[in-house]
Amino acid sequence: MKQADFVSLVMPFKDKVFRLAKRLLVSREEAEDATQEILLKLWRNKGKIEDYKNVEAFSMTMTKNFCLDRLKSKQAQNLKIVHSNYTDNSSSLQKQVEARDSMGWVWRIIEDLPEQQKIIVQLRDIEHYNFAEIAKILDMNETAIRVNLSRARKTIREKLTNTHRYGIK
Amino acid sequence: MVLNDIEKLLEKYNNAETSLAEEAQLRAYFKGEDVAPHLEHYKSMFVYFSQSQQEQYTKDVSLKTKNTKVYQWISVAAVTVLMLGFIVPKVLGPTDKELKQQQDALIAYNQTMDAFKLVSIGMNEGKQQLNSLAMMSNNLNHGIDEAGRLSEFSETTNKIFKTRKK
Repeated sequence: MKQADFVSLVMPFKDKVFRLAKRLLVSREEAEDATQEILLKLWRNKGKIEDYKNVEAFSMTMTKNFCLDRLKSKQAQNLKIVHSNYTDNSSSLQKQVEARDSMGWVWRIIEDLPEQQKIIVQLRDIEHYNFAEIAKILDMNETAIRVNLSRARKTIREKLTNTHRYGIK
Repeated sequence: MVLNDIEKLLEKYNNAETSLAEEAQLRAYFKGEDVAPHLEHYKSMFVYFSQSQQEQYTKDVSLKTKNTKVYQWISVAAVTVLMLGFIVPKVLGPTDKELKQQQDALIAYNQTMDAFKLVSIGMNEGKQQLNSLAMMSNNLNHGIDEAGRLSEFSETTNKIFKTRKK
């Protein structure tokens, strides 16, 4: 497999790998390093890559495991929370500030979820994987994924409702 | 879209029973401006989901790492050292040809020695046969002596017969 083939194979999901890594590792730099590491691992094993039925699912599993390992390792003890610059299409500054604020809230709420639920929310609500694919990536059964996802969504809703009503009640 | 439908969808959504298409519907609804006031707090969540998906990995990945190159050269060096270990004693020590010549010479020496031994055995046998020949010549002389005696005997008999005739 040549470099061009590999790049075209990896292109479609490298952003997904990066976003999942960022969801778990929080900092952009850490996530970039993790993504690089994953892609290099894939490149090094490019001989075997054709044997895998679903390279994307395999890569996502790799990313999940790699990030969880990173979180456990001592190197990651000094992770810092970095807020991304969310771009908003609306013109009004007031609206922008408001949007950024509520975006930040959603980010922090997801941040507080247990890792399992965080991954499932990331895969389902942001990357739009179907349940079968998520089951494959996480090596769980679909029912368990549904239960976890439901819990995560309810937690997010509850916290968002509280934040939204903060100051009113 | 009717508000009622959205509320039903949200209920399903929270129970994680919506399909991907239904979730896309929800995202589309909350992306719009006219969101019902009591559902306002969902808006930031769905907008956040849509925006998170825009984030991209922009860093370049250098696929050819230096490390692997160094490792490759280390293996090459190791192989060369190993090969030298085999080759040097062969080049500096006796060559194959010389070794073979030495062996050939030894074989030839052994073979000549064997041949000499055979010859000496033959010589000894010949010597023994000479002995028997000497014995035979003795007997021959003996026989000649005997024959001499016989001629003397015949002379005397002739003498006797001659006197009788006279």
